[in-house]
Amino acid sequence: MEILSRKSINIKIKELKSDIGNIKDLELSIGKFSEEKWTEAEGPTPFPSITALREWDKKLLDRYKPFYLPFCDLCCLCTYGKCDLTGNKRGACGIHMSAQQSRTVLLASCIGAATHISHARELVTYAIKKFGTDYPLDPGGLAVEVEAPIIRLVCGVKPEKLGDLETVLDYLENQLTQLLSVTHTGQEGNNLDFESKVFHAGMIDQVGMEVADIAQISVFGFPKADPDAPLVDLGMSVVDTKKPVILVIGHNVPPAIQIIDYLKDKRLSEEVEVTGICCTAIDATRYSSKVKIIGPMSWQLRYIRSGIPDVIVVDEQCIRTDNLIEAEKIRAPFIATSEKNCLGLPDRTRDSADDIVADLVSRKNLGVLILDPEKVGEVAVKTARAVAPKRKKSRTSLSTEEIIEQAKTCNQCKMCRRSCPNDLHIPDSMKAAGKGNIGMIGDMYEECIGCARCEQACPETIPIHNIIVSAATQRTKNESFRIRAGRGAIQDIEIRKVGGPIVLGEIPGIVAFVGCSNYPKGGKEVAEMCIEFARRRYIVCTSGCAAMSAAMYKNEDGKTPYELFPGTFDAGGIVNVGSCVANSHIAGAAVKIASIFARRTLRGNYEEIADYVYNRVGAVGVAWGAMSQKAAAIASGFWRLGIPVVVGPHGTKYRRMLLGRADREQDWYVHDRRSGEKVYVGPVPEHLFFAAETKEEAMVMIAKLCMRPNDTSKGRAIKLTHYIDLHRRLFGTTPDDAHLFVRTLTDIPITMKEDLTKILREKGWKETIIPDPTLLVNQVEKRGVR
Amino acid sequence: MATTESWQIAEIAGPKKATLIVKPEVADAMIKRAKHPVLIVGHLAAEIDLDDKKMIDYLLELAQKGNLPVIATGHTNRDFLKRGFTKAKIMPAVEIGQRLTDPEWKGIDGKEPYDLAIFAGLPYYMEWTILSGLKHFAPNLKTMTLDNTYQPHASWSFPNISVKDWIENLKSIIEKVEE
Ligand code: SF4
Ligand code: SF4
Ligand code: SF4
Repeated sequence: MEILSRKSINIKIKELKSDIGNIKDLELSIGKFSEEKWTEAEGPTPFPSITALREWDKKLLDRYKPFYLPFCDLCCLCTYGKCDLTGNKRGACGIHMSAQQSRTVLLASCIGAATHISHARELVTYAIKKFGTDYPLDPGGLAVEVEAPIIRLVCGVKPEKLGDLETVLDYLENQLTQLLSVTHTGQEGNNLDFESKVFHAGMIDQVGMEVADIAQISVFGFPKADPDAPLVDLGMSVVDTKKPVILVIGHNVPPAIQIIDYLKDKRLSEEVEVTGICCTAIDATRYSSKVKIIGPMSWQLRYIRSGIPDVIVVDEQCIRTDNLIEAEKIRAPFIATSEKNCLGLPDRTRDSADDIVADLVSRKNLGVLILDPEKVGEVAVKTARAVAPKRKKSRTSLSTEEIIEQAKTCNQCKMCRRSCPNDLHIPDSMKAAGKGNIGMIGDMYEECIGCARCEQACPETIPIHNIIVSAATQRTKNESFRIRAGRGAIQDIEIRKVGGPIVLGEIPGIVAFVGCSNYPKGGKEVAEMCIEFARRRYIVCTSGCAAMSAAMYKNEDGKTPYELFPGTFDAGGIVNVGSCVANSHIAGAAVKIASIFARRTLRGNYEEIADYVYNRVGAVGVAWGAMSQKAAAIASGFWRLGIPVVVGPHGTKYRRMLLGRADREQDWYVHDRRSGEKVYVGPVPEHLFFAAETKEEAMVMIAKLCMRPNDTSKGRAIKLTHYIDLHRRLFGTTPDDAHLFVRTLTDIPITMKEDLTKILREKGWKETIIPDPTLLVNQVEKRGVR
Repeated sequence: MATTESWQIAEIAGPKKATLIVKPEVADAMIKRAKHPVLIVGHLAAEIDLDDKKMIDYLLELAQKGNLPVIATGHTNRDFLKRGFTKAKIMPAVEIGQRLTDPEWKGIDGKEPYDLAIFAGLPYYMEWTILSGLKHFAPNLKTMTLDNTYQPHASWSFPNISVKDWIENLKSIIEKVEE
């Protein structure tokens, strides 16, 4: 993107007297960047264009072939359509189903990337307005020197001040426009080129997330790479309902922060409860540990309908669009705060806070739009205090008698179950409830994702979701957990410590639980998986809704996973990095292993670093309840870095998988950097994007996907032990592909020697060497650089 | 009346929809006609009660009597082992889905490409997406589902039927597959 850097060159001359002489105060700055002191050599692809990394993408896509799962037989994108794409037919524009599917994936990834990038833009603009362009970026204090690994890697610049981030954002917005244009009818025709652009969208999404998070950590003073970030409260029952309660929902934290600040200024922090759902909640706890997290996004309806919140404040992303209607049902005033989410509300930004409060309290306005975070702070607090005594926690929940009465009206038409994404057995439970047994319907609370599609479908207008939640009152009363507040980045010193063991395979892997809460069988499965891998001494990372679900579990002693395991980025840690945008620190940690531990140059050097991460860093992303387009973009960013992603069964609705073929030996050769020879390394990692049917299948796959060609024998033996052990426990047998992961006899775990040697014999196994692996021919010449 | 209405209301497919298995003989004819069929069993088979048995018991009987090779997806293998059946090949659903789109792939026994894939016991929506992948990208393969819910992307599917009808149909299919 030379155009871009040229565009940003700035020359200021205060005085220029004669032709050549007397030039005073000549100031030359490139972009908005602070003086360049950075000596690292620049790699080949700073600010890469949408095709700059196409060859790298092709290498990955050559191994991991897309398996398309069309959601529909048709395309209806333009007025030529609808076009029938069944039976190999092409659309009126000539497009084939494979390209049409990959185009849809690109659209989703663009939407996701746009969401993070515009979130980042908004945060940076807000921060600059408040703190100025020269405000220093400091996401980790002394513990973090490589402060923006993804920006360094992708853009080849080293941001030091808030203003520097604007140039990065200019680049991202430019790329995004180009990527989106690719989805226009007739613009791109090849599925693999669409896929390469999906990867590009994922990569810029990762940069956008990093911009957002380092900006907010720096200006709001969030924990700075702190493994001991405080433990904060989570759950429906941690709220003091005697106080006025404010609920914040969304992802963009300034309005929530202004609420907290206003309370502090007026010495009201002890008088009013601030509670949150989704990432705004996570980020608000990074600002003040007094804030209480209710739960992931699937808790919206259940919490609002509980009647507890007195005022509801929404910002952006993943917010139920009918929250205004729900707020009305419990008589809670509603405040929208984002230009992206105006909900038809009157814009009261320019009115005085007291006028707005009066109109909300009198219910002249059921909701308002206020596009000024500071004013939101004042209005939300004043309104909550004014309405709380009047509302008396007006709720929509039902008594046992009411549940039974409602259930009796059920006509067993099954429309609810047929609308439920998880096919929950509502009609049977309703029948039981009608007879007085509400236990069965209460049990559904655990697996219900709170979408209320059942209610929409019910011809008898039974408030099914309410019934489920009301029947589970005992459960919600016990909903009280602890979560470690998002710590942000990973320290350089932590990377130095674990870099070796990870790259050699002795720490068996980094497993990152990220993303939304569209779980097939409830969020408990996330907590169970986290604990399993932390016990096995993997490094477990969490973020976003998954970080909250991981907290919603207690052992016999009443301890939650965050209390059971430390927050250090080390074997056996459970590391909550923060909200969705903090995902960038997980990718950032992988990248920092290459730079800090292996001393590879990051600057504009994407392909080499991705090749390093892909071949050496046994990291796997798990988005068990992935729902959103943002999750699609986040996954795409991991793929381009060569990090596999596992999703739950609903993830097949993303319309394509990227799967390797363990049975095709020819697919699994790498170059040995030392000799230049091509060496067979086995199917590691076997897949790049994989939807598991069950938690058990996911766990076995995660262990398998942590293997990398660079593992030493000791490391491989450890990884194989976990894979085989999980396979035996969860599937009942020793895996019949274990031989594919044994390169030399020393790779075999001692305890499994007998079993495996027999399998190796049966399968005609041959010993191979352990290379210094790379997919890039140009890396072979760089012998000796490790 | 039997209709081609999806079980999950919004899962509408498009112009190409599964033919209904209106009577068990249809399924048997397809299984018998297939040169190289395979039975793919998801984890719900072990959870779904069909009177005093589980769905997996019927499927196992079908596999044994019809001499069908079995692929166990998810963690279903555990439930086959509990029943003393050790011959299931463990393979994730998306993996077997992808393999089936490869006309060169010769199956788990290495003999020849499968010409009929019978699915049962996967989560409805996951079976739906995988069957869609096969409908579009495995033109030489026929697919069938033995769940009691209509799967529009299969080649053949039951309509949405009651558990009682389902049991009767499965029994009859098993009986006839031996003949
Ligand atoms: S974009 Fe192409 S396939 Fe889609 S509706 Fe238009 S012409 Fe048909
Ligand atoms: S609210 Fe719960 S029970 Fe109702 S459709 Fe959604 S997931 Fe199913
Ligand atoms: S949709 Fe309503 S009436 Fe029909 S089975 Fe469900 S709860 Fe009963």
